[in-house]
Amino acid sequence: MKFTLKVWRQKNAKDTGQFETYNISEVENEMSFLEMMDVLNQQLIKEKKDPVAFDHDCREGICGMCSMVINGHPHGHQKATTTCQLHMRSFKDGDTIVIEPWRAKAFPILRDLAVDRSALDNIIQAGGYVSVNTGSAPEANAVPVPQDMAEKAMDAAECIGCGACVAACKNSSAMLFLSAKVSHLALLPQGQPERKKRVISMMKAHDEAGFGSCTNTGACEAYCPKGISITNIARLNREFLSAALTSEYEL
Amino acid sequence: MSNPLAANPYSLKWLGHFFSSSLGRKLIMSLTGLFLCLFLFIHMTGNLQLLKSDGGRAFNEYAYFMTHFGPIKIVSYVTYFFILLHAIDGIGLALKNRQARPVKYAANPKGSSWASRNMAVLGTIILVFLVIHLKQFWFEYKFGTSVPSVTYDGTEYKNLYAVVVEAFSQWWYVLLYLASLVALSYHLIHGFQSAFQTLGINHKKYTPIIKALGWIFSIGVPLGFALQPLYLFFNAQ
Repeated sequence: MKFTLKVWRQKNAKDTGQFETYNISEVENEMSFLEMMDVLNQQLIKEKKDPVAFDHDCREGICGMCSMVINGHPHGHQKATTTCQLHMRSFKDGDTIVIEPWRAKAFPILRDLAVDRSALDNIIQAGGYVSVNTGSAPEANAVPVPQDMAEKAMDAAECIGCGACVAACKNSSAMLFLSAKVSHLALLPQGQPERKKRVISMMKAHDEAGFGSCTNTGACEAYCPKGISITNIARLNREFLSAALTSEYEL
Repeated sequence: MSNPLAANPYSLKWLGHFFSSSLGRKLIMSLTGLFLCLFLFIHMTGNLQLLKSDGGRAFNEYAYFMTHFGPIKIVSYVTYFFILLHAIDGIGLALKNRQARPVKYAANPKGSSWASRNMAVLGTIILVFLVIHLKQFWFEYKFGTSVPSVTYDGTEYKNLYAVVVEAFSQWWYVLLYLASLVALSYHLIHGFQSAFQTLGINHKKYTPIIKALGWIFSIGVPLGFALQPLYLFFNAQ
């Protein structure tokens, strides 16, 4: 297969950046999108040019590292798929493909398609954990967890923190990410002791990072590679409103 | 988790923090928006009296009642305030949200409805319309001198009906209203159900009801409004 690629090239956070056009052939239809990018980089190295920097790690759809906006679709046009699991057979031979990085003030570009997603880590550090005493593991059956709650918590815990929700949102809001992390712990008994403090701290970290606010467009849900639902955002809103209005924690 | 319990047990500082947080500001949009939905419904149903063939008597008496009955006067001031709050907070949020993406995409992600992506534009159209609308009827009725009077059973009333009939005898004025109502309809299609999501009301049992009600409301209310200029225009021909 042959493609024309328009790839965002940017030397560092300060560079203004621009699109470069590359023609690429010898792409097999069973290649993943990242393997196609590897072919491009091989070609650039042979031409003594700088290869395109892009994030990737597990290449099996579970780590959340790959991050590309492909023809205006974060992680590509295929539903509930990460970029690494997107295959070239879902494109037409001869297509022109526009490849951009996640764009958000909170995600400064490091180089080309690689962005700094530390802002998401900062949100987790603000409260996305449970404090437990170390020692021997407690007896598993001592803490009853209803099956439906466990399922909902697991659905939320599927979030791999890739940031596609931010990339898709017209406001660059990370509410879907935040709501998944808050829901995951709020639904389980282990998350109860820090429940109110957690949501207040994490919301604050979200706002301070420069993400926009949620306007309920649903674009995040449409592009989430793990199919996280915006019902989690409604839960986050309930959690935050109840914590902000009833607890004595400072906002 | 860096937030310690409040050192000062009695402080109102949290209110400022709450209403400037991203969700606090959305809460303002949601609650004022739902209140304005209620206003729209009452405004639309009340004004359906324009369709009565009584030379405007019912409408004029209704207009008098709405501007002279104490509790309704208080509610009207609350409405003006909420319109301003909704507009100012909405414009502020839209600007802040734009700043969250300084470099735009060459190809924009979609995955959302057109209305949901253009709430600020639709809102601005409605705001511009409101200025024209209030100047034409509300301002003239309350402060203007151009409204003729009419006497029913020995009591003098301002003949707002005559002003309305005259305004809607002009085709371009009718078109302006229809276009604004289309914008209102799209604004409501997203806004109505979005207001409930912001309040955290997303539930297997209630969300289908809210969504259905949202569609009925967003199409029904602008349609009810649209009937009025259309009826008066074609009645005058």
